[in-house]
Amino acid sequence: MTATTVEGAVQTEVVRAPRPAPARIPFSRIVTVELRKSFDTRSGFWLMASIGILAVIATGATILFAPDDQLTYDNFAAAIGFPMAVVLPVIAVLSVTSEWSQRTGLTSFTLVPHRGRVIGAKLAVTVGVGVASMLLAAAIGALGNLLGSTIAGTDTVWDVSALELAYIVLANVLGMLIGFMLGVLLRNSAAAIVGYFVISFVLVPLSMLLAQSQAWFEKAQPWVDFNFAQGYLFNGDMSGQHWAQIGVTSLFWLIIPMTIGLWSVLRSEVK
Amino acid sequence: MIKVDSLTKRYGAFTAVDDVSFTARPGRVTGFLGPNGAGKSTSMRVMVGLTPATSGYAEVSARRFADLPNPGLEVGVLLDASAQHAGRTGREILTIAQRTMGLPAGRVDEMLERVSLTPTESGRRVRNYSLGMRQRLGIATALLGDPEVLILDEPANGLDPAGIRWMRDLLRGYADQGGTVLLSSHLLHEIEVIADDLVVIGNGRIVAQGTKAELLASAGTLVRTRDVPTLSRALVDADVEFSPMTDALRVEADPDVVGQVALRAGVALTELRAADGAGLEEMFLELTADTQREGVAA
Ligand SMILES: Nc1ncnc2c1ncn2[C@@H]1O[C@H](COP(=O)(O)OP(=O)(O)OP(=O)(O)O)[C@@H](O)[C@H]1O
Ligand SMILES: [Mg+2]
Repeated sequence: MTATTVEGAVQTEVVRAPRPAPARIPFSRIVTVELRKSFDTRSGFWLMASIGILAVIATGATILFAPDDQLTYDNFAAAIGFPMAVVLPVIAVLSVTSEWSQRTGLTSFTLVPHRGRVIGAKLAVTVGVGVASMLLAAAIGALGNLLGSTIAGTDTVWDVSALELAYIVLANVLGMLIGFMLGVLLRNSAAAIVGYFVISFVLVPLSMLLAQSQAWFEKAQPWVDFNFAQGYLFNGDMSGQHWAQIGVTSLFWLIIPMTIGLWSVLRSEVK
Repeated sequence: MIKVDSLTKRYGAFTAVDDVSFTARPGRVTGFLGPNGAGKSTSMRVMVGLTPATSGYAEVSARRFADLPNPGLEVGVLLDASAQHAGRTGREILTIAQRTMGLPAGRVDEMLERVSLTPTESGRRVRNYSLGMRQRLGIATALLGDPEVLILDEPANGLDPAGIRWMRDLLRGYADQGGTVLLSSHLLHEIEVIADDLVVIGNGRIVAQGTKAELLASAGTLVRTRDVPTLSRALVDADVEFSPMTDALRVEADPDVVGQVALRAGVALTELRAADGAGLEEMFLELTADTQREGVAA
């Protein structure tokens, strides 16, 4: 059989009026769409809402259970910080992995055929959500601090400086980026979330034990253990060396695996 | 216009798409036909850049898919209607696509109406959609940007008879206005009624392509008898070419010639008629049989 056309079979050809070539989809638009996508399902919405809810619960618990002399902003920040360190990375993981687990990538990556742009927009949304959530949590903690000291009749103690607060925000954003990296690398929600908890909660005591028993590791720890270096940000004293250690550990725990993950996302088959 | 040139996709040692070339032209509905596992979906995924080709390439509107600045406005794609976030409402899924393409919000309602999803239905979460409703939503997403090219993988899947009819009219209308429509199916009869051109694929290779008129053109005579060996010998003696089909013979001659041969050989016939596309159907059935899923029930 041949592909030649039987002349009579072709109707008089109707040609669509040529339209001007559309403009390239701006990155800002992809970002707003990705932001919308992180709120528009029930699970996504409640995950986001849980940030505020958990911050309020942690604040309430501190007011109720902490001794009066412990009602300082630092303690409120610590109480709120723990649920944030759990929820924010999960949000980061799911923003990436849902494209594969829910198979929405089939549409997302055909409407925007450059996967790097979609992932980049998700990264921007993740960082934005992280910073906004931390600021919200800090505000809720501040209200709690005011309320708690008023109820207890003590002086309100503001023992966290703006700079220290910024370090804490950065530390949490770094935690989210670890989650994001695992999402890109593994493209599977369960695996990436488990991976995050292993890195952030299981490795920490193991690394501590190793440092206690092996002198060489104690020296090397700040340069190889991401959580350890990240801890400087929570303590609030940052020397040039500390920044260098955060940079070096991020290179190995964040940038290199993220690059490998991106490379495989760009080459993989979406189906 | 869609142009596919020497497209090959290998998974390890297995070749899912093997040197496939064809062109789907504007103003025409091109049917991409093949049995299960023939490589239709894989080819379509390569066309829209979701699957990297091993070699060869595909172009849509004379550009690689990745080079389209806003693909939704130029190519409507429906690959798998189930590939949606189960927790989003139908309307939300369309809204996301509408925002991504930068279209006015009113487009969403227009499309919902066009695919006959009621406001209650579009407010329901997709996990509660029936197969046909998902398919309609997928078609709405594909049509949203009023594209010139449609790439649809088994769009009739799950639609009721009225829905299939509606879809046929819709695609016909699209092509008549100058659009390019490529749709796949594993049902010859489904595609026969709507396609202008056919590309038949089996085991990753193109086995036939051309206009429907050509492919279905009366190709000789179909003759049935209980005594196939005698008739075969008579046809050989008469120097007429023929090919055996599963339960009949297809003869490269007019029915009256075949009738004369049978009469002289004294063979009783149970059927004698112009072949009318029987060749294509037979080829298609053979293809299906080759994939060794189940015996051909014909
Ligand atoms: N990732 C993969 N690894 C190995 N084989 C694959 C992969 N993806 C697809 N295949 C194989 O490629 C072949 C073509 O599959 P494809 O989905 O394109 O068929 P199809 O023509 O769309 O069939 P259907 O009519 O059933 O939808 C099948 O044999 C399938 O198993
Ligand atoms: Mg298929």
